[in-house]
Amino acid sequence: MRLARTAMAALLCLLVCIGSAFALSPDEMLTNPVLEKRARIISAEVRCMVCQNESIDDSNADLARDLRVLVRERLVAGDTDSQVLDFLVARYGEFVLLKPRLQLSTLILWGFPIGALMAGAIAIAVSIRRRSTASIESEPLSSSEKQQLKKLIGTIEK
Amino acid sequence: MIVELGHFALILALALSIVQSVLPVLGARRNDDKMMAVGVPAAFTVLALVAISFAALTSANVLSDFSVQNVFENSHSQKPLLYKFTGVWGNHEGSMLLWVLILSFFTALVAFFGNNLPPSLKANVLGVQAWIGTAFLTFIVATSNPFARLNPAPVEGRDLNPILQDIGLAIHPPLLYLGYVGFSVCFSFAVAALIDGRIDAAWARWVRPWTLVAWVFLTGGIAMGSYWAYYELGWGGWWFWDPVENASFMPWLAGTALLHSALVMEKRSALKIWTVLLAILTFSLSLLGTFLVRSGVLTSVHTFATDPGRGLFILAILVIFIGGSLALFAWRAQNLAPGGLFQPISREGALVFNNLFLTTATATVLIGTLYPLVLEFLTGEKISVGAPFFNLTFGPLMIPLLAAVPFGPLMAWKRGDLLAVAQRLMTAFFIALLVVAAVLYQTSASGVLAAFGIGLAVWLMLGALTDLALKAGIGKAGISVAFQRLMGLPRSVFGTAFAHFGLGITLLGIVATTTFATESVLVMKPGESIRAGGYTLRFDDIKPFKGSNFTEEQGNFTVMTDEGEAVVGLMAAKRFFPVRNMQTTEAGIRTFTFSQLYVALGDAAPDGGIVVRIWWKPLVTLIWLGTVFMMAGGCLSLLDRRLRIGAPAKGKTARATAKARVAA
Repeated sequence: MRLARTAMAALLCLLVCIGSAFALSPDEMLTNPVLEKRARIISAEVRCMVCQNESIDDSNADLARDLRVLVRERLVAGDTDSQVLDFLVARYGEFVLLKPRLQLSTLILWGFPIGALMAGAIAIAVSIRRRSTASIESEPLSSSEKQQLKKLIGTIEK
Repeated sequence: MIVELGHFALILALALSIVQSVLPVLGARRNDDKMMAVGVPAAFTVLALVAISFAALTSANVLSDFSVQNVFENSHSQKPLLYKFTGVWGNHEGSMLLWVLILSFFTALVAFFGNNLPPSLKANVLGVQAWIGTAFLTFIVATSNPFARLNPAPVEGRDLNPILQDIGLAIHPPLLYLGYVGFSVCFSFAVAALIDGRIDAAWARWVRPWTLVAWVFLTGGIAMGSYWAYYELGWGGWWFWDPVENASFMPWLAGTALLHSALVMEKRSALKIWTVLLAILTFSLSLLGTFLVRSGVLTSVHTFATDPGRGLFILAILVIFIGGSLALFAWRAQNLAPGGLFQPISREGALVFNNLFLTTATATVLIGTLYPLVLEFLTGEKISVGAPFFNLTFGPLMIPLLAAVPFGPLMAWKRGDLLAVAQRLMTAFFIALLVVAAVLYQTSASGVLAAFGIGLAVWLMLGALTDLALKAGIGKAGISVAFQRLMGLPRSVFGTAFAHFGLGITLLGIVATTTFATESVLVMKPGESIRAGGYTLRFDDIKPFKGSNFTEEQGNFTVMTDEGEAVVGLMAAKRFFPVRNMQTTEAGIRTFTFSQLYVALGDAAPDGGIVVRIWWKPLVTLIWLGTVFMMAGGCLSLLDRRLRIGAPAKGKTARATAKARVAA
């Protein structure tokens, strides 16, 4: 039952985010369209910390609103996009980024897709090579198949 | 009384499942016909018992028997009747019971239709199905009993989560489970083949239709879930790369790979070992999907610590089935004789290419989904892996795969001619190129990605049509002959064409919506208007409304042409559920051909207006329309003559093809 409660809590958290209203509201938006566009792009890559896998751009949680306002404040103050993200990471940790940065602990994560593709391609190449040099042998009959065959031959001969 | 009967039937089903797990498999080892024969009646009886159990839980839900804890926690006497039925599987315990019900149904189908299988294979398959059933039944009985009673019984229930009170989400889980569990049959066949140490023709003939059935349902389930998220969550997204979505997407990707490799196995008896492995992996991902979604493991690794009983049980099931089957594979796979040979440039080669990219994509989604969990478990470091990661990795993997799709069906088996195939696809290629140029011209340089995306979609669709046209000889033979020949083509050829065409449609919808959608967020007062996607949207008024178990504020809008002519009305609402004290957004959606106008209401603004968010989503419905084509393709393939084992050739079509051949 405790697990059910944890799951419920998670669901509730999800619901907080789905909730009544929706993400971005007009009063938060910047008047400068260029800055606002940059803010939207950054927001899509920042996680709403209390939600389940949602960006602050999509979320209705109060925290997401605070972060959206914060991102816009930094942009107005003249930060570059990466400075804004650095600022958020310094405050909230790597957890806040929906796109993890390339570092030692995420090396496997980022390297995996290309690595898996290469490994697969090599495995296929090797098996094709080995196949083409191997002699072609048809599958031997199993004992029950041999019996069946004998029976069939028997009925014909009779 | 009915409830206890259900509980009792469940325990009986478990006991019988154990019998079915042991006797047929032992019988197959000892070549004992009597022991093997136990499988069939056992499968039927387990189905009957689980069905009784499920019916009992359903009746407790429909009759609002709040003395049952599960009903109390998830139902309410005022809940609409439809959701009293669908609420049965709207929670952990009930959904597990539904899972087992579907499993025992599929097992019974294998038992019923399996007369043409070699007896030992059939016995082993039924045995392995029962292993899965036993594991799940034990899990339910020991940790997730849906029949637990409350004393004293509460007067009223806590109601079903409002966002689950929706027809889309009501039928989404059963579809998904039909898919997940359908792959269990492929898994059982794979394990049975490993136990037997041999694979014969009957094996491939059986695995392919089951893969198709599971794949069609899973496609439907995912599409349904995606459309539900689109209209219910209120911000118009249709795919979030959420772990819960990934959990169902991984078996789909692996299942799609299996569908293609099983084809090679059936036609050319090559790729046997790989197909067996893929069958095991696909079901393993289905198991993972089932548990990830329902256990809360994804939200945090700590769920294992908070409820060790259930968490450890899940972990044990995963380890035993995934680890066990992979170990069995490692041990026995070399006993399976490798099959037919082929050149790298051939239909087989094309399908291997398909499998390489699909499995890599599956693995990418898997690592992205589980990496944060594993990293936190190992180092305590917390990171997030969200949509931007998947878009950056999954997207590029799909491009070569999709670009290669039209080549596959045109390639000859064993030894193909890439150049000849490329020549046949010339027309499709040039039209696709023209489309790219046209989109680039329209959008100037900003739409490069969109242009190539749309070009790729057109390429896929035309490629599918080219395949049909070439096989029917359209252009070479006379119209009536070509038509006759088209009608005489095997249904699986149409199946392939439909599915690949649908893929193109879905891609077109995805590209158009993500690149050309427009959004406006603003405060509106009654009487005000705004332009959206070639129409003018007027906010008329806002009215309260009372439903059976909710109240809502309904905002009424009118969609007008630029000349001010009213086209259609539109209503968006905010709904409040008092029992759970929760609000949901009911988006107002109107479809214009394939595009949609999407309106969601926000909070009231201080000056008397209300925040309104309006999207114009061009071609968005194509995303789901494409999946309908894919499912239709799957169904057509299922109806192919060679899968209806033993079905005689129809005289008419045989004559038509013969005539066509003479004419050619």
